[in-house]
Amino acid sequence: MEEAAWFWGVATCVKLLLVPTYHSTDFEVHRHWLALTSSLPLARWYSDASSPWTLDYPPLFAYFELLLSLPASLLDPTIVDLVAGQNYAASSALLFQRVSVAAADLVLLLGAHRLACRLPPFRRRLAFAFLLWSPALLIVDHIHFQYNGFLLGILLLSLSFLAEGRDLAGGIAFAVLICSKHLFLVGAPVYFVYLLRHYCRGGFGKALGRFLAVGSAVGAVFAAAFGPFLYHGQMLQVLHRLFPFGRGLCHAYWAPNFWVFYIVLDKILAFVLAKLGFVIQAPKASFTGGLVGDSSPFAVLPQVTPAITFLLVILAMSPCLIKAFLKPQSKHIIRWVAYAYTCGFMFGWHVHEKASLHFTIPLAIVAMESLDDARHYFLLSIVSCYSLFPLLFEPQEYPVKILLLAVHSILMWLGFCQFRISRTSHQRKMSDSRGSCEKNQIIGCAGTCYLLGLFGVELWGQLLHPYFFGDKLPFLPLMLVSIYCAMGMMYSWAWQLRQIVRFC
Amino acid sequence: MRWTVLSSDLLLFFPAALYFVWVYCRRNVGGDKEGRSAPWLLAMILLYPCLILIDHGHFQYNCISLGLTLGAIAAVLSRNELVASALFSLAINHKQMSLYFAPAFFSHLLGKCLGRQNPIFEVMKLGLVVIGTFALVWQPYLYSLEAVMEVLSRLSPFERGKYEDYVANFWCSTSIFIKWKRLFPIQSMKFLSLIATVSAFLPSFIRQVKAPSDRGFLYALLNSSFSFYLFSYQVHEKSILLPLLPASLLALEEPLLFGWLMYYALLSMYPLLCRDHLILQYISVLALFGFIFYSPDGRSGMRANSFSIRKRALMTLPLLCSFILHVIYLSLRPPKKYPFLFEAMIMLLCFSQFVILTLHTNTKQLMLPDCSTRTERGKKDL
Repeated sequence: MEEAAWFWGVATCVKLLLVPTYHSTDFEVHRHWLALTSSLPLARWYSDASSPWTLDYPPLFAYFELLLSLPASLLDPTIVDLVAGQNYAASSALLFQRVSVAAADLVLLLGAHRLACRLPPFRRRLAFAFLLWSPALLIVDHIHFQYNGFLLGILLLSLSFLAEGRDLAGGIAFAVLICSKHLFLVGAPVYFVYLLRHYCRGGFGKALGRFLAVGSAVGAVFAAAFGPFLYHGQMLQVLHRLFPFGRGLCHAYWAPNFWVFYIVLDKILAFVLAKLGFVIQAPKASFTGGLVGDSSPFAVLPQVTPAITFLLVILAMSPCLIKAFLKPQSKHIIRWVAYAYTCGFMFGWHVHEKASLHFTIPLAIVAMESLDDARHYFLLSIVSCYSLFPLLFEPQEYPVKILLLAVHSILMWLGFCQFRISRTSHQRKMSDSRGSCEKNQIIGCAGTCYLLGLFGVELWGQLLHPYFFGDKLPFLPLMLVSIYCAMGMMYSWAWQLRQIVRFC
Repeated sequence: MRWTVLSSDLLLFFPAALYFVWVYCRRNVGGDKEGRSAPWLLAMILLYPCLILIDHGHFQYNCISLGLTLGAIAAVLSRNELVASALFSLAINHKQMSLYFAPAFFSHLLGKCLGRQNPIFEVMKLGLVVIGTFALVWQPYLYSLEAVMEVLSRLSPFERGKYEDYVANFWCSTSIFIKWKRLFPIQSMKFLSLIATVSAFLPSFIRQVKAPSDRGFLYALLNSSFSFYLFSYQVHEKSILLPLLPASLLALEEPLLFGWLMYYALLSMYPLLCRDHLILQYISVLALFGFIFYSPDGRSGMRANSFSIRKRALMTLPLLCSFILHVIYLSLRPPKKYPFLFEAMIMLLCFSQFVILTLHTNTKQLMLPDCSTRTERGKKDL
């Protein structure tokens, strides 16, 4: 625990130094929720419209905000004032919110400690370095401001319970997670199948008993969260706020997933076919806007609806679900859950690039298992961190984000080189038998070229694009980043699928 | 503007630190210690909070002169004395505060030259390099004596008075009891501080001339810069950066000394940092330093259990006072009669610690084994 606490302490110092950075709208969002939960009664939390930032997280997160509002009101009452506190950006509010995120990361510390404590010493320290010092998490949570560390900590806790074989505790933790951020529902099928097959075993009576135990435990968590709203007859309103279906396939900045290729293909086909003489109607709708009646934002290719994305996600997850059904083993569960979140990221509806954190963080633990996994994590974490760079567009954050990524890459490089040396001879034979072509390198030829290309993309965005185009076509560098990172993400998804199908 | 400080830091200070750590570990300067940790030493040199806060928080260019000095020190340790002289002359020409180290360099190099076959020739070689470097840098101003005198007078504004703000200096601290300004005019004050400074660094100076050794050199740097800091004329709070450099170089040998000095040096800069609204940065950089100092590898860690109860009490008492002073400075207002009461208290506390530390390092240097001269005569320049 001391080691983990040391890593957390160093990270907290860095987080304190990051306090005066970029002030995003999320500050006002969370401040409003602090005011909402402390000033209004429960029945009006999901129906209040005094601010455009309505509560769109499930009730357990709202209870968390209520808890936070208690010290906030002691520090500075204006923070939690619903009317006078609107757009309140005084240094007391700022400091309080930043410190609350850093403090909530204690849950991440707990989760990381539970997951990594059984690893050998060197790998344990590496795991702490990657989990607690993750640059993507620092960028999203402590510069851009969100509470992902706290939620990912709950995920890690749940995974640690499952990896130890304590399925009931894992299930309960996961239920708590879903009731805090419903985005984590993507992993639910894996959890369901795994718990069904792994926990509800034995004879018919025992299996049924266990099934009822899990069911009632999870049900109790949901009841504690949603119960009061059910009582007030507000479930429809709550669901309406949690799942706003007015949004488009992509966010304003395209997340680097499969749909990027679909859109680009559509554009290219439209261009080529128009040149060839076909009549192509320009689409009325846009990708980022909502579904407008029957019109599709695609000129040539078929339209994509939320149902189609849902089916695709389930389809992509199916090999993993089948494996979990046939042979549920606790040592593979982290890999399966990470794969599930990868599928959700790649094929989901209106995915935000921040969602890449959901699978990058658990994969840090998986990376400690073998050199192949370490190699994959090296590439993935760099690509996912780079894809988050457009979130911070102000020049004062530029050296910070470059430095964070550079330090992380160097740590990974040094760590994995040492890792490679310290493998036992048995592990070396295992990896050789799998026929990996880059036998002893951290990164192969293709990987090096891809990462160098990343430099090129950044160079284009920062220097060459303003030189050649000035202020015109401002979306082009962002599109380039999305497309390039999407290639890396697709590779990661395919690689994870191959690992699961062949070796799990 | 901030980029220029960052880039000068990267280009000058970082390579110099790397060079020093490489030379230090190669030459086994610290003697044969088990479990020495080069990365930890590098971290200590690069990360010390004072330099970060002053250069990048308050904004100054100390890293250039400190980097050049560090390069000179490393060159001395690796026996490239001509390079060392050139680098140090450049450092002096960048910031005349680097003269704090001049006695140590001079005594060590003189001692080394005297131990060789042709002392006069060696001294002349070094002298030529120094004069040459100075001539190169001062070239635009060498057309007349007046120009040179003008530059010199701007460099040393004695009319400003004995001390600015409140610095943990001998004159400043004792001025509470003895009003120096009223007793002596400026001329005699200058003379008095000169005498005091020289007598403070004289023991280590003589020692280095008689018996130059690598470890002794590092201690001599610390002693001479401390003597200047404590007794010199017109010392600024930021001058504490200068003694801190050799202290960080000695971090592996004297971790307790280094940590202690660092903490009180930071405390002496606390009022300055408060004025610049750098309190949050102060806390986080100090905490970060503390974490890295006590890193769980344990090889550099100090075994607190090995200290006696009396020693521990002696150390914790000033520590407690400093915590209280931190809080008081932020929260309370000083009484109207003594508007600088809290600064004075902080300064007195730091001064007391600095005096203890200086006495310790001076005795350490004087007690160093006298083994190097014979080996030097054996290994002549082949």
